[in-house]
Amino acid sequence: MILKEIVTLLEADVLTSNADLDKEVPCAFASDLISDILMCTKEPTLLLTGLTNPQVIRLSDMIDLLGIVFVRGKVPPAELVQMAEERNLVLISTKLTMYRSSGILYNTGLRSCKI
Amino acid sequence: MAEYWNISPGLEAKAKAFLSAKPEADVNLDFEIGVKDFVNAGKGSAEVKNVLKRLGVDPVVLRRIAVASYEAEINVTAHSNGGIMHSYVYADLVYIRFEDKGPGIADIEQAMVPGWSTADELVREMGFGAGLGLPNIQKNSDLLHIESVAGGSTTLEIIIYYA
Repeated sequence: MILKEIVTLLEADVLTSNADLDKEVPCAFASDLISDILMCTKEPTLLLTGLTNPQVIRLSDMIDLLGIVFVRGKVPPAELVQMAEERNLVLISTKLTMYRSSGILYNTGLRSCKI
Repeated sequence: MAEYWNISPGLEAKAKAFLSAKPEADVNLDFEIGVKDFVNAGKGSAEVKNVLKRLGVDPVVLRRIAVASYEAEINVTAHSNGGIMHSYVYADLVYIRFEDKGPGIADIEQAMVPGWSTADELVREMGFGAGLGLPNIQKNSDLLHIESVAGGSTTLEIIIYYA
């Protein structure tokens, strides 16, 4: 699945200006706990989260995140968007909840990332 | 003083020999870690990862190193009175030592239990405090050594081999 399809499925807004929406996304992970997210060390992944503090972007320096979807209408502060742009990391915001977003993507064939 | 050791099977002799010899590193990077400084927390680990990436370390090993180091950096940020991260890069391994200024870990065995946490509200709001920090460090490192004085300082050392 490519990012563009994910944006359409989640009726989402793209927050970063230099986003490559044709990037292929093989799998996803959803959590609001940073230590949980850090279990994704095996492969590049899309992250769904409600966290909007700078440490979420810092995570992408440690593990390979293909993009971050902020759920339930959360919009991160401007400095966080800038941090993401510096890293070529795509940020997306959807009004849907984490449960609903995950369900839609899973049902459309986006598998869970290996942990 | 309390102490905790965990070494991957088969690496005990090699890792302990390294620790007692501590040869001069190819690259040495030090970072100050501020109390509750969640703006800069993680920069040290990201920098070490970049150095290792340039050396051509395998991406999966790189992520293990980054996660172990980042969790330890966050622990010092969230729980201590500040500290220092010393990183030593060698041809076959990375050795990272975190030294803080207290207040010490009351019970290390308890702190190793997944899900157990002493994180305060501020730390939890940021998505930390899942009680998986130390277990994640252990899972991703070949050697983990913790020394802590109740009411005093804590030193946490990790070694990860590239292959």
